[in-house]
Amino acid sequence: MTISIDPQKTNNESLQPKGWLRYFSFSLDHKVIGIQYLVCGFLFYLIGGTLASAIRIELASPMSDFMPRDVYNQVLTLHGTIMIFLWIVPVVNGAFGNYLIPFYVGARDMAFPRLNAVAFWLIPPSGLMLVASYFVEGAAQAGWTAYPPLSITTPQSGQIIWILSVLLLGGSSIFGGINFIATIIKLRRPGLKLMQLPMYCWAMLGTSLLVVLSTPVLAGTLILLSFDIIANTGFFNPVLGGNVVVYQHLFWFYSHPAVYIMVLPAFGLVSEILPVHARKPLFGYTTMVFSIMGIVVLGLVVWAHHMFTSGTPPWMRLFFTIATAFIAVPTGIKFFNWVATLWGGKISINSAILFSCGFIINFVFGGITGVALAQVPFDIHVHDTYFVVAHFHYIVYGGTVFIIFSSIYHWFPKVTGKMLNEKLGILHFIITFIGFNLCFAPQHWLGLNGMPRRVAEYDPQFQFVNQISSLGALLMAISTIPFLINVFLSVRNGQNAGDNPWNALTPEWLTSSPPPVENWEGEAPLVEEPYGYGKEISEQK
Amino acid sequence: MTTLDSSKEIQKNNSEVNETHEDFRMFGLITFLIADGMTFAGFFAAYLTYKAVNPLPDGAIYELELPIPTLNTILLLVSSATFHKAGKALLKDKNSDSQKWLFFTAFLGIIFLICQLFEYFHLPFGLTDNLFASTFFALTGFHGLHVTLGTLMILIISWQSRINGGRLTSQNMFPLEAVELYWHFVDGIWVVLFIILYLL
Repeated sequence: MTISIDPQKTNNESLQPKGWLRYFSFSLDHKVIGIQYLVCGFLFYLIGGTLASAIRIELASPMSDFMPRDVYNQVLTLHGTIMIFLWIVPVVNGAFGNYLIPFYVGARDMAFPRLNAVAFWLIPPSGLMLVASYFVEGAAQAGWTAYPPLSITTPQSGQIIWILSVLLLGGSSIFGGINFIATIIKLRRPGLKLMQLPMYCWAMLGTSLLVVLSTPVLAGTLILLSFDIIANTGFFNPVLGGNVVVYQHLFWFYSHPAVYIMVLPAFGLVSEILPVHARKPLFGYTTMVFSIMGIVVLGLVVWAHHMFTSGTPPWMRLFFTIATAFIAVPTGIKFFNWVATLWGGKISINSAILFSCGFIINFVFGGITGVALAQVPFDIHVHDTYFVVAHFHYIVYGGTVFIIFSSIYHWFPKVTGKMLNEKLGILHFIITFIGFNLCFAPQHWLGLNGMPRRVAEYDPQFQFVNQISSLGALLMAISTIPFLINVFLSVRNGQNAGDNPWNALTPEWLTSSPPPVENWEGEAPLVEEPYGYGKEISEQK
Repeated sequence: MTTLDSSKEIQKNNSEVNETHEDFRMFGLITFLIADGMTFAGFFAAYLTYKAVNPLPDGAIYELELPIPTLNTILLLVSSATFHKAGKALLKDKNSDSQKWLFFTAFLGIIFLICQLFEYFHLPFGLTDNLFASTFFALTGFHGLHVTLGTLMILIISWQSRINGGRLTSQNMFPLEAVELYWHFVDGIWVVLFIILYLL
């Protein structure tokens, strides 16, 4: 069955608001929704970043003198939850996915535009709920993992609001995932083969499979947890005969794939950015595709490596160690492919590629500590110390957030039609890179020396290294200023970008900047070689 | 193969191009049902783990009677068949027949829910009595929620299949097909649930 489009019905332009007001409307345009995701996510990033600064101020001294200990726990819970569920997951999936995927498959919009808008508009209310949960009596303080029995025994009204908010955000994520799968599989323009798709499509396909398969399990788990809190059942309460390890298994069945939900789209984005600025084809396209799918499959069977100290039986430790070590293979393939893409290229040094290179450096470091953490003897030694905190932030900040900034520098000309200021951009990169490494590299040492995480007070011997780390956090906070100035100045009076300032070959650059509603004048172009740099450019000119 | 949504802003660029695309609403629904199935998979995994590693305390009551759930299984399986009949009738433009079959299906769904509630009120244990009791209510309750939603949707589409002015016709089968797929999914989940909760 086919659906034909009635031109009468589609002609209701008077119903939609114009100009910037459309960003506050229930718009069905995938580009508007993408920007809604990005700006909304960035506002929550600023909130989460403020909380992170509060944590680092507290940790600049060994005693809990900046805030009381329970407030510290509430702040770190809110920081983790906001950063994961309201900044990284919505932005790296929702924002860039919505903006780019329809271009890449040669479509005029996502497969289900209304579902798309619903998925976005679930985020602001649940985000506000989450922030509001801090102000009720007994805010959530069990960390972003909400492990029972801690989440059951601590004051509960905040925890319940926290659960409801995460459930809504999970629903938004599932709706988005369904939409991406349908768009990539079903909405490709005629003649476009799967193996001709830009790499970000593959990354989003893999990510969306993980979202659809694992997020519902988290939803079910949180429903059971809320029963434990509200109805006094005993699913996860050992006092009533329940089992806390079952919660951990179910939680990590979502939350380990969630790491790939956060980082796989970044893999895709960096694969788009590097070839453009290095003027070379993406190295090893086919191996990249199979690596992504390998990571998806393996990512679903490694969750228990978060639980080596939870009384896991030896066979389970053995299996999950080996499976985790295997993930290093596809990830390593991708890493070497990026380096090979850069190798011998005509690299233009600009903010986009600097952030991408920063990503490669940080990510390989975070990847190596990840392989180390998969080894049971080492993991038991550093479990729940700052080593884990450092590893995790090297992946999600050094990895994904660097790519979010890189992507903003890369696609800003397409979205607004204006160039960003390169000097401010490079300044932003330098401060972020130094600040990030200054903040998180010393935490490896802290963890190896036994400083536990999620505690407001620590042994005075760690004070100096903690102060270095806090200094790095200060630099990271400052680094946002040149970025914000850059964006505001460039939107108002930036240099005109033209349709294709980077001479890129992927389809989104073949339309005007900013793109028209429905993306193309006339038929969508067929891009068979999105990375044909070198040979194709001479022929096109 | 491109999408033009009916309520999107404008059609300046392409008003002459008469574009069509394949109907992939069913594809989206199947993806959603896979996600929904994973929620149940999580519950089943939790239940089986509890059964394997968490012994109930001495004196805990966890016996279940079989007659009502067996009747419920039969009700749901028959309702799947009657739903299928409704689809066949609609395809042959026999709207009133289709509507009768849909009403009958919804009726079976309501009977299922009544039996389920009857069972709830006659069980020897309550929600918080022990781990088995909690898991039992969580699993059957979550499934019952699905049956409730399904029954409501069947009532809606049976209203939509009325002869004069209904949007459900042999040219527009999608609402019926979507609800039918959902209903078969809920039946399938019940069969798995019946096996591992009552028979194992």
